[in-house]
Amino acid sequence: MSRPDGETQAEQVDRAQYGLAAVLALVGLYTIIDARGLNVGFGDPIGPRVFPYVIGSLMVVLAVLLAVATARGDLPQAEEGEDVDLTSPPDWLTVAKLVAILVLNLLLVNLLGWAVTGGLLFAGCAWALGSRTLLRDLVVGVVLAVGSWYFFYVGLGVPLAPGVLDGIL
Amino acid sequence: MDTLNLLLDGFASALTLENLMYASIGVLLGTFVGVLPGIGPAMALALLLPVTYGLDATQSLIMFAGLYYGGMYGGSTTSILLNTPGESASVMTAIEGNKMARKGRAAQALATAAVGSFIAGTIGTLLVAFFTPGIARWAVEIGAPSYFAIMLLAMVLVSSVLGASKLRGFIGLAIGLTIGLIGLDASTAQARLTGGLLELADGIDIVVVAVGVFAIGEALWTAAHLRRRPLDVIPVGQPFMGREDWGRSWAPWLRGTALGFPFGALPAGGAETPTFLSYITERRLARRHGRDDEFGEGAIEGVAGPEAANNASAAGMFVPLLALGLPVTATASILLAAMQKYGIVPGPTLMTDQPELIWTLLASLLIGNTLLLVINLPLAPMWAKLLRIPRPQLYAGILFFACLGAYSVGQSSFDLAVLLAFGGLGFAIRRFGIPVLPLILGVILGPLMEVKMREALDLSDGEVSGLFDEPLAIFVYVLVVLALVLPPVIARARRPAHPTHHKQEVP
Repeated sequence: MSRPDGETQAEQVDRAQYGLAAVLALVGLYTIIDARGLNVGFGDPIGPRVFPYVIGSLMVVLAVLLAVATARGDLPQAEEGEDVDLTSPPDWLTVAKLVAILVLNLLLVNLLGWAVTGGLLFAGCAWALGSRTLLRDLVVGVVLAVGSWYFFYVGLGVPLAPGVLDGIL
Repeated sequence: MDTLNLLLDGFASALTLENLMYASIGVLLGTFVGVLPGIGPAMALALLLPVTYGLDATQSLIMFAGLYYGGMYGGSTTSILLNTPGESASVMTAIEGNKMARKGRAAQALATAAVGSFIAGTIGTLLVAFFTPGIARWAVEIGAPSYFAIMLLAMVLVSSVLGASKLRGFIGLAIGLTIGLIGLDASTAQARLTGGLLELADGIDIVVVAVGVFAIGEALWTAAHLRRRPLDVIPVGQPFMGREDWGRSWAPWLRGTALGFPFGALPAGGAETPTFLSYITERRLARRHGRDDEFGEGAIEGVAGPEAANNASAAGMFVPLLALGLPVTATASILLAAMQKYGIVPGPTLMTDQPELIWTLLASLLIGNTLLLVINLPLAPMWAKLLRIPRPQLYAGILFFACLGAYSVGQSSFDLAVLLAFGGLGFAIRRFGIPVLPLILGVILGPLMEVKMREALDLSDGEVSGLFDEPLAIFVYVLVVLALVLPPVIARARRPAHPTHHKQEVP
């Protein structure tokens, strides 16, 4: 609850928040424009437009308010957690590695099958997060992936795509 | 007594061997995932949602009841044994609980949390069973205008009460409402906000939204700020309480329950407020008896009270969920999403449409709560070991199960792309301090709200007055206005007198 920020002087401005405000405003405008393309049928006094209009407008108003608040020195309180250390600057490299691995997984999962990409996903993420026991992570990942494949297949009756292991699993 | 019979019927169907097994699995899995650092009850439920796919509605709700209480209990273990609480509801438990653990009284802290949770959960669930039918009977009479107004009230309260910034609360809500718009319009079947993508026509699966925002977002956010020093975990033996501990705990348990339940039932943000109030109350009472020097140094009352309040509010949340179909916490939203998967229509008719299901759920909550005490207390040392799990593997595991869950929904890599997009959103809202609860509530309640709004306005032929033609609706709108206007006025009136009143209480 109490968040000891080193800088209590409200002089600094969180520039990224302007970016957020801009994105929100665009989303709001897009919502309104998208709703304009909808047809309102006969005997339907309200139609599908009103609700998006309200939400889109609300979004635009909030975006403006956020921009104003930012200019006045309003700072966000980033979320804390057990393993979160907000005193150090964000480690973008790790995040980029993780996102790359997640993208790779979604591109390959239908081709290679979950039992393969799942294992790589686990080992890759552990590596990106700083684990140096690659071999052990790979073993754990493969066990998790193959195990979850069988769990879904046998336990829940949901056959996940087998991919290249078709016929082996 | 009618309620008692219905509850006994619920027990009869919950107490089959098979269903007991599902309840036990739920409790164990829930605790397992809840104890893991970085995973709260809401994320635990979202991650475990796919596990229930193969089950029928009753069994999966039984399992969810176990998961829910298990996840709550797991969270308190984490906050006692680690020196940083994972979520706002356990902040108060962590203050005294961690101090107790440091003084070698971890066993007693865990025991008073577990027994307190059990007592609060049991009383709370019984209160739900006795209150909800009456409210539901009354709620069936509620017309579309009033129901619309009540949903609006819930959204406004959740967005403005929680968190430090109202503006960010409403931004979260607006983002959620926008996500809820995606898909085909319910009555005219026209695509909205799909950008021409056929995959989005059915709307976005709530599992993908929840897992993306909670799990992927959390994992990415933590990865960006991963603590390089390992946290010190306090070793723990078998939980137990001495005579004196029991004597000092029972009254805080009951007071915590009394505080927690009503707050849980209101759409005012779940457990944060009542745990805080409970802590303050116990501290004041101790001061009156001249014993408050122990507070801040590991007073057992400071664990017993807030922990009971936490669980009682967790039970109280079922009142609006079951009577009105209105979720008021993130966890309740996910429970509601799970129910929707089985074709259960949320809303005031839930209780009359699905009586068997609801009573079985309530009975399972009581059973799950008991199992929790019986199974988990002896297992505490084992759970504590989980806290030492190396972080790279932990977060790799979260990402693994998040992808598995999203992929299993429709077996399409498109869902994984959407998952990643919501992971990005989850990261952004953590970065910008936007609360997650209004967002999730917006996703779930938005579409429902639109249906009610159009129902109300169809009746009045499009006249705006259609939204106001019930006395109840007008009353609720007055509450909405008060909720928006009063807090700033009070804050302004108070500010000169107590400049830092609020902050002093939390060391």
